[in-house]
Amino acid sequence: MPLYYTEDQAMLADSVTGFMADEGGIKKQLRHWRDIGCKDGFGHALWKQFAEMGLTGMLAAEEDGGLAMGHVEAGIVLAEIGRNLTPSPFLTTAVMGVTALSGASADLRGRWLPGVIAGESVLAVAVDEGAKHRPERIACRAERAGNGFRLTGKKDFVVQGASADALIVAARTSGSDSDADGVTLFAVPRDAAGITHHSVRLVDSAMASHVTLDGVELDGDCVIGDVDGGRALLGKVLSAGRIGAAAEQTGVAAGAFGMTTTYLKTRKQFGKLIGEFQALQHRAAHLYSEIEIAEAVVLKAQQLLDGGSERAELMVSAAKAKAARVCNLAVREGVQMHGGVGMTDEYDIGLYMKRERALTEFMGDANYHAERVAQLSGY
Amino acid sequence: MSDLEAFRAEIRAWIEANCPAEMRAPVQGEDDVCWGGRNFVFKNAAQKAWLDACVAKGYTVADWPKAYGGAGLTAPEAKIWREECARAGARPPLSSFGIWMLGPALLKFGTEEQKVHYLGQIARGEVRWCQGYSEPGSGSDLVSLQTFGEDKGDHWVVNGQKIWTSYADKADWIFCLVRTDKANTYQGISFLLFDMTTPGVTTKPIKLISGSSPFCETFFDNVVVPKAQIVGQLNRGWDVAKYLLGHEREMISGAGDGGQTSAIGSVLKRNGLDDPMLRAELAQFDIDALSFAAMGEKFLDEIKVGKAHPAQPNMMKYAGTELNKRRHELLMTAGGSTALEWDSEETRGGAPSRAWLRTKANSIEGGTSEVMLNVVAKRILELPGA
Ligand SMILES: Cc1cc2nc3c(=O)[nH]c(=O)nc-3n(C[C@H](O)[C@H](O)[C@H](O)COP(=O)(O)OP(=O)(O)OC[C@H]3O[C@@H](n4cnc5c(N)ncnc54)[C@H](O)[C@@H]3O)c2cc1C
Ligand SMILES: Cc1cc2nc3c(=O)[nH]c(=O)nc-3n(C[C@H](O)[C@H](O)[C@H](O)COP(=O)(O)OP(=O)(O)OC[C@H]3O[C@@H](n4cnc5c(N)ncnc54)[C@H](O)[C@@H]3O)c2cc1C
Repeated sequence: MPLYYTEDQAMLADSVTGFMADEGGIKKQLRHWRDIGCKDGFGHALWKQFAEMGLTGMLAAEEDGGLAMGHVEAGIVLAEIGRNLTPSPFLTTAVMGVTALSGASADLRGRWLPGVIAGESVLAVAVDEGAKHRPERIACRAERAGNGFRLTGKKDFVVQGASADALIVAARTSGSDSDADGVTLFAVPRDAAGITHHSVRLVDSAMASHVTLDGVELDGDCVIGDVDGGRALLGKVLSAGRIGAAAEQTGVAAGAFGMTTTYLKTRKQFGKLIGEFQALQHRAAHLYSEIEIAEAVVLKAQQLLDGGSERAELMVSAAKAKAARVCNLAVREGVQMHGGVGMTDEYDIGLYMKRERALTEFMGDANYHAERVAQLSGY
Repeated sequence: MSDLEAFRAEIRAWIEANCPAEMRAPVQGEDDVCWGGRNFVFKNAAQKAWLDACVAKGYTVADWPKAYGGAGLTAPEAKIWREECARAGARPPLSSFGIWMLGPALLKFGTEEQKVHYLGQIARGEVRWCQGYSEPGSGSDLVSLQTFGEDKGDHWVVNGQKIWTSYADKADWIFCLVRTDKANTYQGISFLLFDMTTPGVTTKPIKLISGSSPFCETFFDNVVVPKAQIVGQLNRGWDVAKYLLGHEREMISGAGDGGQTSAIGSVLKRNGLDDPMLRAELAQFDIDALSFAAMGEKFLDEIKVGKAHPAQPNMMKYAGTELNKRRHELLMTAGGSTALEWDSEETRGGAPSRAWLRTKANSIEGGTSEVMLNVVAKRILELPGA
């Protein structure tokens, strides 16, 4: 398979790019919701528009009313979300949440997917238990209770947690905290008794919550997939989230880079456009090269993931790490090359810097994925 | 089975049947490469057998047309050929400046007669070419070159000096940039081909920091070049030269090479991996190497269908050579004091340190990294004054 978009994918990219530039732009979405102190951190009307565009059900199976597309297609949407810094529940809901539910019973899928596909519901994923992403260790417990389970524990960095209609929770049903087996995924409805959200605004003005599960009683039919056998499905959810975040990062990098090269062509100092200075030209050219490479490895990982390749895991981690480093470079260079105005809230370049930080942390930072690349390579 | 799957099976079986075991081991340095040419001495029977088998099928230049000695493979077929060779660990049957550089330029700018004649010789490994671009006063600023060809009716008389001419002492022919109009800088250069045994051509090897002397000073003293041996139009050689440089840069970048820039952590099972800092550095490198391999694949796929930016080979060369230099720094670190040995048997005559030193030229030859960044800034980013 060639490593570029198929005709269908290129058409999708065209329409998504136009739609997002019109509807998802920084002023219309990010600044608007931020400045009014929106509790959700994103706009529900846009989520509804995503549904009308057919984006919410991209990854859902056709029998569930979805489009059965893959990570390449989801990545197209995420790159535009990144370029426009659009606050959106797309990644947690339509990518990670839907991937989790793909392993659920027909009943459970029927309970949650129609709302997602209609752009009426939102999902959040509760995996992390601490300030760093360490999904190998899951301490949150789910004990059998009657026909169902009782969940007890804490989850952190649950992005859009408080606005979610359901949380996808990874909990331990047997074994000790660091065992690979004994993990089960649950779809926990927002109104289940015993859940508390301590909702916080992040640096990029997205909302995330620290979730406390205090003896949350769930029916057995909230279990996604097999009891104790959730690790593989969790792996799929994490891969989807990681490659999705990486795709969004390439969009953030490209957005910041575009803004910066435009600035280099307009700002004058020393009687010249600052883009005439070779010191800046070389850094810009290096950054271009890095962004191209990050986009290539992200696309490669998406294709491998969609094709079920055994190398997919390795390439997903390589892509997440590479995209993180490149995006970080793009926003740092962006702010620096803007000089003083880059430090102001009025200019958008600083907003890219904030989103980059949040995305890098989400689903494992560059160091986490470098470690994973080493392990998956056998050293 | 789709046509391409059938093709893959066919190629796999053919490689299995025709590629000798010795030709499935990694190439050990430049003198282990099959360069071809009039005076080439094969290292062993396997090297010759592999070349002969590939020549017979056109696989030395798999995607060139059959009429010019290739196999006429389509882009997806050529990709399968590359992938299957990589899978089997099969070496390129033939490596040459003819294949990487002159061939593509002739395919675009050559006359039908030139194509049949020169491309066929290249495909069969009969003639080895060298590149006469750089001069003592014209390196990065190549267009300032001074070697002059005086018009004598049916031929030119060429005088001047080239430098850094790789394998000039081993090559049979040279493709050479010669000024044919002193009044015009860009539009005063012609792209000439001539035999290195022509009277008046002399070469003097230059020793590299790696200890070997693969390149030379090349002198032209009243060298007669017939008018038929020009590629493209008179005084329009710069267009040919630039086009060729794109292919040279693509080749040096290691795109699609799969070896030069590949991940290294997993091959260093023993050495250095007890050092957590080095292990971390290797992991960072591997991320970049895996990423660049994807970039190489994407670039080659895109270039085949005209999707790549025409100046993209400059970006590829910059990124690929900087990566390869880093790779060898890490290999030296992982090798420790063993890697310092200059001529011991254990190191096959200092292979690690010599290879490490050789890579330093990667970001100089074919246009320096700084020049690559200049070109990207100008042609891709369209920055002012670049
Ligand atoms: C937080 C903050 C506090 C400040 N406080 C004060 C203060 O109290 N008083 C005061 O007077 N000023 C203050 N400044 C202004 C500060 O000194 C300027 O921002 C700084 O000198 C850069 O100028 P500029 O912002 O116009 O950027 P520009 O000069 O427009 O630079 C933009 C980019 O171009 C690059 N560039 C410019 N020229 C060249 C060149 N020749 N070669 C290569 N690259 C070049 C710069 O390095 C930069 O990356 C403050 C700035 C900040 C951010
Ligand atoms: C191993 C090897 C093999 C070679 N083989 C061949 C061959 O077969 N045929 C052939 O014709 N040539 C060959 N070359 C020559 C090669 O193409 C030149 O060395 C190269 O183009 C650089 O020219 P230079 O050496 O004169 O360096 P210079 O141009 O003098 O450069 C010196 C330094 O200045 C920098 N610099 C120059 N101009 C700029 C600028 N505008 N902006 C920023 N920095 C700049 C360069 O990047 C470099 O770091 C070979 C070189 C090597 C090392």
